[in-house]
Amino acid sequence: MATIAARVLPVPVRLGGGRHLVERNFLLYRRSWVVFISGFFEPVFYLLSIGIGVAQLVGSFTLSDGTTIAYAAFVAPAMLASSAMNGAIFDSTYNIFFRMKYAKLYDSILATPLRPWDLATGEVTWALLRGAIYSAMFILVMLAMGLVSSWWALLALPAAVLIGFAFAGAGMALTTFMRSWQDFEFVQLAIMPMFLFSATFYPVETYPGAIRWLVEITPLYQGVVLERAFTTGTVDWFLLVHALYLAALGTFGMYVASRRLGKLLLK
Amino acid sequence: MALAVENGRRMFDYWLTVYKRTWKGTMITSFLLPMLYLAAMGIGLGSFVDSNGTGALGGVSYLQFIAPGLLASTALQIAVGEATYPVMSGLKWQKFYHSMIATPLRPADVVYGQLGFIAFRVLSSCAVFLVIIALFGGLDSPLGVLGLPVALLVGMAVASPIAAFATTLENDSGFAMVFRFGVVPAFLFSGAFFPVSQLPNWIEWLAYVSPLWHAVDLSRGLSLGTVNPWLALGNLVYLLTWFLVGTWLAVRGFTRRLIG
Repeated sequence: MATIAARVLPVPVRLGGGRHLVERNFLLYRRSWVVFISGFFEPVFYLLSIGIGVAQLVGSFTLSDGTTIAYAAFVAPAMLASSAMNGAIFDSTYNIFFRMKYAKLYDSILATPLRPWDLATGEVTWALLRGAIYSAMFILVMLAMGLVSSWWALLALPAAVLIGFAFAGAGMALTTFMRSWQDFEFVQLAIMPMFLFSATFYPVETYPGAIRWLVEITPLYQGVVLERAFTTGTVDWFLLVHALYLAALGTFGMYVASRRLGKLLLK
Repeated sequence: MALAVENGRRMFDYWLTVYKRTWKGTMITSFLLPMLYLAAMGIGLGSFVDSNGTGALGGVSYLQFIAPGLLASTALQIAVGEATYPVMSGLKWQKFYHSMIATPLRPADVVYGQLGFIAFRVLSSCAVFLVIIALFGGLDSPLGVLGLPVALLVGMAVASPIAAFATTLENDSGFAMVFRFGVVPAFLFSGAFFPVSQLPNWIEWLAYVSPLWHAVDLSRGLSLGTVNPWLALGNLVYLLTWFLVGTWLAVRGFTRRLIG
């Protein structure tokens, strides 16, 4: 029934074409599931290294509201946010660029009834599904290591998906401006400092005024604040602002990406 | 022997010509990334470690503790990078190795030239990084300069077996595994960021197997002036063994892949 409706209705009314792209990616990765699964290990290695090793050197941390937590419990939510960022960026930059420029996948897809917006929603949905699986596994590891101290942690997974959404949208939009693989150095140039300095390894209060302000406007910082609040249970209304920031970034990215894809491929 | 050196030199010349066109792209991964790690971990996190007492680190600041470790890790990462995709490209994608052995060059010369270029990359990048470390105040003693030859050695100890491994692959998905289960855990658990004695016993033993631990141990001993000559000799022999066996395997792999 649904298929008949999809075929009879005129194209613009047929929303949700992105699911075909999700199905396509699913079929593709069924054959290389080892690569897929192994993506989960990297953040866990970081968590173990810093949570077991460096934590013994640091001792415990006192948060801004006066509570004291173990260093591992401080770093773990930041690792969760960073891995959500990394996964989304990888899927939405390298993979998209390859499909766009070399595999010419989108040229063939746009020859079907699918539109650029379907490309954007489909690829972003795929990145989010994949990221959600990794994040869920990571949260389970945190639980097993005793690094979760609040029921608010139930929101850690949706928050990770939101971080993924923000970076997948932004990454995809930026990818449409890339000229060659060399340009991906700029992606590294943005990602690595965020990973190292966005209050991931120590509190943002460590920085002097102007630098602190610079850190606070990065999207990863927004994500780290969200995740840390949920896993430690220090929740307040201001978190909504961080969530809105991420949602807006992702939506704007997807809009730019679909506009650019249309311009590049449907000339 | 003289022929091998002469042929290897010609191969190296080829790589330098290529590098003259591509060096800009390597700046970020070679210098900026380790420098950012040095700043974030050494200075940022270091202030918390140091305020917690430096007893566990043998009385030096956290920056001075991780600097030799980061130098060795940087060498490892550059070497692995140069021994994976470029080798695959020469064998499979661009096939420039095939054109090389159509000249009087033999597969062994191709290997020596390739390894020579990796040595050049590791040495030049690590020399600059060492200067940066010194400017940050990360060197505890002038002997820390000896971390440079150690960095070169660990680079070669991993580059040669990985180049050999690359000759056995049909596509690059094997490299993802090398990075995920080799390079990243080595980086995180080889004592660069904390003493490996803090690890659970079985992981501690895994760390001793990793060539990176031997390089970190050696260059930290030199930099902090706590080096034990017998242990240092053991580190050196272990790294040299990896390099020599790796080179032998690489020559065999290249020969099999290029001539059959």
